[in-house]
Amino acid sequence: MQPLQVIRSKTVVMASTNIDTDQIIPARFLTVTTKEGLGKELFADWRYDAQGNPNPNFVLNQPQSKGSQVLVAGKNFGCGSSREHAPWALLDFGFRAVISSEIADIFKNNSLKNGLLPVVVDEATHAWLIGNPGADVTIDLSTNTLTLPGERRIAFAIEAFARYGLLNGVDELGYLRSKLADIERYEAARGW
Amino acid sequence: MSARTLFDKVWAAHEVVPETAETPAVLYIDLHLTHEVTSPQAFSQLKSLGLPVRRTDRTLATLDHSTPTRTEQVFGSTPIVMDAAAKQVRAMEQNCADFGVELFGMRDPKRGIVHIIGPELGASQPGFTIVCGDSHTSTHGAFGALAFGIGSTEVGHVFATQCLLQRKPKSFAVNVGGHLKPGVTAKDLILAIIGKVGVSGGTGHVLEYRGAAISALSMEERMTICNMSIEAGARAGMIAPDETTFQYLKGRPRAPSGGDWERSLARWKSLPTDPGARFDASLDIDAASLAPMITYGTNPGMVLPINGAIPLKSGDAVFDKALAYMGFKAGDAMLGKPIDVVFIGSCTNGRLEDLHAAARVLRGRKVAKGVQLLIVPGSQAVKREAEAAGLAQIFLDAGADWRESGCSMCLGMNGDLVGKGKYSVSTSNRNFEGRQGVGARTLLASPYTAAASAVCGRIADPRELL
Ligand code: SF4
Repeated sequence: MQPLQVIRSKTVVMASTNIDTDQIIPARFLTVTTKEGLGKELFADWRYDAQGNPNPNFVLNQPQSKGSQVLVAGKNFGCGSSREHAPWALLDFGFRAVISSEIADIFKNNSLKNGLLPVVVDEATHAWLIGNPGADVTIDLSTNTLTLPGERRIAFAIEAFARYGLLNGVDELGYLRSKLADIERYEAARGW
Repeated sequence: MSARTLFDKVWAAHEVVPETAETPAVLYIDLHLTHEVTSPQAFSQLKSLGLPVRRTDRTLATLDHSTPTRTEQVFGSTPIVMDAAAKQVRAMEQNCADFGVELFGMRDPKRGIVHIIGPELGASQPGFTIVCGDSHTSTHGAFGALAFGIGSTEVGHVFATQCLLQRKPKSFAVNVGGHLKPGVTAKDLILAIIGKVGVSGGTGHVLEYRGAAISALSMEERMTICNMSIEAGARAGMIAPDETTFQYLKGRPRAPSGGDWERSLARWKSLPTDPGARFDASLDIDAASLAPMITYGTNPGMVLPINGAIPLKSGDAVFDKALAYMGFKAGDAMLGKPIDVVFIGSCTNGRLEDLHAAARVLRGRKVAKGVQLLIVPGSQAVKREAEAAGLAQIFLDAGADWRESGCSMCLGMNGDLVGKGKYSVSTSNRNFEGRQGVGARTLLASPYTAAASAVCGRIADPRELL
């Protein structure tokens, strides 16, 4: 995992609420045994028509979306299936952060473990972002701030340990393995 | 000690290292279930680090999501038609062999949907922590376990350490009074609950379903309820263990036996929420007020009593988009709408009781012309029992398709798909766009409603056929 500190990007907006992980990456693409290359199937059923041609009305196919690293999405983004293929596909496409007023639990966890930053903001900030697609924003994880045009700074919360991992590019397994003695003691005490 | 909830007790008993402001808790996992879709990347991670699966004795693997349901593909010489699915199945077999994990392989009589076989074997027990790389792991909460879905990275964590790093979620009491009326099932109840809580109302919470209506449910019905907790956004759903739970578990192959049974029972009886324990949120619902429910939109919270009409909402773009996808109009009545496919199965409603319910409607009747009725048992054990009880014959006589077990049309990964624009009444748990196939239109309902609709060729109220 790459260390993550500052993301500067124009936003791409997908305003729908309750965008579920079946939309982010449909089930028929889950037959992979690796994490790479899922970006081309990201939002496949919205992005391509039945013949596999890009749908020009879909935001990710429009020129202004090219190179964006920040997705602004409607409330309850990432609900549904626990498939980690969803953050893998978003990252593979080039996104590094998702901003919403609410992000589903499992998706949020999965994102944090892969270096995709879930940023939960208040309703007013969310409404502004939804209404201003293509806004230049800066997300600084070292200060937990999202900066909107005009130097408007918004603080966001992120779980302390996950933040440490993202900033330093370390994964959690190393930490868990450092607790093996505690785990063994626990098992012994429980006779497990 | 102050009054604690069921969830508090199970959580506390599994804290290897308690949480602090800086670090989440190290939470011990008693049972790790795994399947072919979300595990390959986790096994690869172990391989690259040179690590073993630490507790193979607490790990069970099955094949369910991408497996074929046609007998000739499972037991005959016909290969799995989908190449990628075949590759995934082979990878699972190889990984489980390499790491010494017990796998219920393609032809194993114990194979089935991961959330059906854990309970069926008696492996899912009260007070356990249970995880799986699958959001419907919440099903096992019906036993008073803390059971939740995780991603593939976390699957790797559990393989390597038998633990997870977790922050403690909040608690949410769903109090269900009264009793369900005839023809109204646990599926209708959970759909009604999701309609009330909303698809994100449970986010960050563990639900505990409580009250007279819940106590009256069988274990199979409780599993249907807990299964769909995730559809309300919840981390997990739980129901306190009681006599119904103990009776269900007693004598199952992996349940405790002998002196162990007595000791377990004593422990299990201490689990229910103490009187006066506090929940962070709560909701009251009256089971007696409910009718059979059906969804009309593209998330499980867009749900109505079957004799209701789609609400009128102006200026809601998301609502309009959902109706456009479904080909419905605001104000439409649901009853009588024509349908194309009926799917009875999945980890929500693929157990023997569900098949008994379907058979009650289908006995001596025929599936309407032009409608495909696909019935897929949740496990090979359910399949055998349904055949022994004569249910399979009732289904075949009615003109249904009767298959080998698996997830099948619940998510259409194995090639069992609903066609573009077609209407499917399904006993599964998700009606998302494209869930059952590109452009497929899913209506979630109970096995009664699904079977009644198959017979009528239209959305039908099962109470008229019971
Ligand atoms: S039956 Fe459906 S919901 Fe259940 S585990 Fe399989 S795919 Fe998931």
